[in-house]
Amino acid sequence: MHDFLNGLVVLLNYVIIPATTYGSQLALGALGVTLVYGILRFSNFAHGDTMAFGTMVTILFTWLFQSWGISLGPLPTALLAMPIGIVVTALFLLGTDRLVYRFYRKQKAAPVILVIVSMGVMFIMNGLVRFIIGTGEQNFDDGTRVIINPFAFKDATGLDQGLALRTTQVITVVTAVVVVAALFWFLNRTRSGKSMRAFSDNEDLALLSGINPERVVTITWILVAILTTVAGVLYGLDKSFKPFTYFQLLLPIFASAVVGGLGNPLGAIGGGFLVAYSEVAVTYAFKLVLKYWLPAGLQPSGLVQLMGTDYKYAVSFAILIIVLLFKPTGLFKGKSV
Amino acid sequence: MPFLIGEAMTGGYGAADILHDCTIAVEKGEIAVIVGPNGAGKSTAMKAVFGMLKLRKGRVVLDGTDITDLSPQDRVAKGMAFVPQTQNIFTSMTVEENLEMGAFLRRDDIRTTMEQIYHLFPILRDKRRQAAGELSGGQRQQVAVGRALMTQPKLLMLDEPTAGVSPIVMDELFDRIIEVARTGISILMVEQNARQALEIADKGYVLVQGANRYTDTGEALLANPEVRKSFLGG
Repeated sequence: MHDFLNGLVVLLNYVIIPATTYGSQLALGALGVTLVYGILRFSNFAHGDTMAFGTMVTILFTWLFQSWGISLGPLPTALLAMPIGIVVTALFLLGTDRLVYRFYRKQKAAPVILVIVSMGVMFIMNGLVRFIIGTGEQNFDDGTRVIINPFAFKDATGLDQGLALRTTQVITVVTAVVVVAALFWFLNRTRSGKSMRAFSDNEDLALLSGINPERVVTITWILVAILTTVAGVLYGLDKSFKPFTYFQLLLPIFASAVVGGLGNPLGAIGGGFLVAYSEVAVTYAFKLVLKYWLPAGLQPSGLVQLMGTDYKYAVSFAILIIVLLFKPTGLFKGKSV
Repeated sequence: MPFLIGEAMTGGYGAADILHDCTIAVEKGEIAVIVGPNGAGKSTAMKAVFGMLKLRKGRVVLDGTDITDLSPQDRVAKGMAFVPQTQNIFTSMTVEENLEMGAFLRRDDIRTTMEQIYHLFPILRDKRRQAAGELSGGQRQQVAVGRALMTQPKLLMLDEPTAGVSPIVMDELFDRIIEVARTGISILMVEQNARQALEIADKGYVLVQGANRYTDTGEALLANPEVRKSFLGG
């Protein structure tokens, strides 16, 4: 029993808690990608850099608040700066839409053209973020760091392994649940939300019903600003902020959205967790867990690690390829790519 | 002057005209049916009336107002409703949400209209929480007509409402359409099932190659030996 609990604590520490946190971040990111795909009908390559932009604005305001001596006590100051980050990002996205996307929408450009256009936008955002905040790593987490201290846990339970739970991990999961619940309430219960779903379902009929496409597009970009900024800030608090890492997040986020089925919000959430758990489980060395769980003679001598952590993006990539080959509409009845 | 008239409409999608001096009209509370062989421009004439096709010549007048230059959306606001032949429902949304979306432009209480539609199509009330895409072909057509009626239109336009439904369902749909017309709503309909459609029509238009060939009451067209021979299969 003692061994089983020790193994469980190790598993929680290195697999379940990190994967759940990462899954929440991916789910929020994938929701944004899926919304853009459903409403504007293209895969938005600038999504990762939009996350970076929103996080950058939040970090700048966090620093400002810190210099003023404002804080949230045990919670990170970034949560206070996040609404400002969302507003600035929303304005930025609406400006981009006005300047770039609307032109192509008026021309009824093919989705593949819009994808390339979004890549252009990605490069601009990419440069802008690096120009303003630099290419280096930024840590902006403050407040209480841990909720469960591993040493205190060991003392309290008498186990050999200490359970560690950081504040940012709890904040990530709680915030993600709140944001997702609010998003679903909006999409399913409000007039504007329903008109968005109608527009995504059947654009021509939505126009015949008098739904204003420009209004739907505006609401979509605002929702994207909320989702990207929240996802980016949570990721940055949990790990750290670096523009290149955010650009790289594009792959797992797209994998999540495609696995779940593009255009399907529920699928984006399921996909996010599927990708996160796969990535963490495949790159984790299970040696320590098995040492506790297997009887004496059977304990492995190797690391029991399927792939090195350097290859974690290969997991997303493999999932993406497998789903596209065998089930292009994703696991949750989405649109095919 | 009729309640709605598309007068001497000439136009097409590209360089070549599809409609040639074509005239379609409906009186208040009456049913007008457009029939004709494949490629006669039936649906095109309908689209022209609804503003989905640029007219080179001719005009469309609704209730005394010239609406030739209005967009389809603006025509919806003027009291026209259009049920396309395909993709005429929001498949991923529930029946009730489909009806709500139909009433998107309205800011008043839509519950009475929704009640009327559930009264007209009782099956929709039982299925109101179900996704419209899960319904049968006939039920989907009912959702499509119901959605269009939610705007409380003065003119309802139907593009082949009975395409792909069984003969029994077709008869029932026609009965419902007559019921709608009795409430004072004018109906303009394109139909592949010419004989059945002309039976319920106050006015029938036989189009051939984008032009009017025969125009008469439904009864008279059914009795006309030439129409019978060429278009109704004897």
